[in-house]
Amino acid sequence: MLRISTGRGPRPAMGSNFETFSWYYFRVSGAVLLIMVLVHLFIMHVSNDVSCTTYAFVAARYSNIFWRVFDWLLLTLALTHGMNGLRIFIDDYVRKPGARMWLMSIAALLLLVFFMLGTITLITFQPVTSALGAQCLPR
Amino acid sequence: MNILVRIKRYDPERDAKPYWDEFRVDVEPIDRLLDTLNTIKWTMDGTLTYRRSCAHGVCGSDAMRINGRNRLACKVLMRDVGKKVTIEPMLGYSVIKDLVIDMDRFFDKYRSIKPYLITHDNEPGTERLQSPEQRAIYDEGTKCILCGACTGSCPSIWGNPDWVGPASIVNAHRFIFDSRDQGGAERLNLLSNKDGVWRCRTIFNCADACPRNIPVTDLIEQVKRAIVYGGPEEA
Repeated sequence: MLRISTGRGPRPAMGSNFETFSWYYFRVSGAVLLIMVLVHLFIMHVSNDVSCTTYAFVAARYSNIFWRVFDWLLLTLALTHGMNGLRIFIDDYVRKPGARMWLMSIAALLLLVFFMLGTITLITFQPVTSALGAQCLPR
Repeated sequence: MNILVRIKRYDPERDAKPYWDEFRVDVEPIDRLLDTLNTIKWTMDGTLTYRRSCAHGVCGSDAMRINGRNRLACKVLMRDVGKKVTIEPMLGYSVIKDLVIDMDRFFDKYRSIKPYLITHDNEPGTERLQSPEQRAIYDEGTKCILCGACTGSCPSIWGNPDWVGPASIVNAHRFIFDSRDQGGAERLNLLSNKDGVWRCRTIFNCADACPRNIPVTDLIEQVKRAIVYGGPEEA
């Protein structure tokens, strides 16, 4: 018998509980990612011809702030969801303290570098008119 | 019927590493695997070492890995194991000798979740009453015999022996969801850290291994929910 919590009973002291947050974040980000990735996949590979997803296509897309926010959310969720998974893999299977320290540091560094790279690109992107090339804009 | 019994043997005083020993044994189809082990020990090789006590599936001392799955040797019939049976000590524990494993850490973890009634109010003077419905909520957890089969079947434990393990969480559940108990928040706090419930990856090996048919993974999920959404109301 599965008992659904009443929500009024005792619960652990919150605030310092990163692992509980991490688990919950996995569930929420996973569900959101599923939808966002499918939308992304549909736009990039189904509704538009792959040969059309050129610089000009991206430039046209990013003239709308919505797609910049969409891509930034996708980037943030995918990076944090994936790296949190990597962190847990390392935590589960790497037992040597030195190796753990190095792998965790590399994972954190990768997260930071890719997040910064993506965020800077999304914020500062300005289409270069001379580079637009032949028009193959989305329908 | 004649059956080939392969047993993983290890005597730390003699062997550098574990090895496979084989015995051909005549058994009846309705013999239990424990009877077969007894036949080997009593008539073929007296050095074979394993734990057994009640021999009726209640004490939980003869849990071992039988054909790749954790089972109680006293609850497995020879007619169900095939022509060849492979017996190993359970994974996730250090081996003391042959099929005998070191369960000290298992019981340390069990004690760490405070498996006893915790109350803060004055003693009631009469017995602590509970309705059949309130009793039913934690009924599954009370069936645990602490054989360690679930914990020894859990890949999370194989990967990380520091984890508290399914058996401890089942026994925490038994008190967290007991309406008479008031230590719920305390136990949920213990189980909400890294080596608490969050290392459970819902693999369901534990539920398969349990000789008492406790839905171990379901109980662990209920504790996870209690940590996130709040546990059951106290008495």
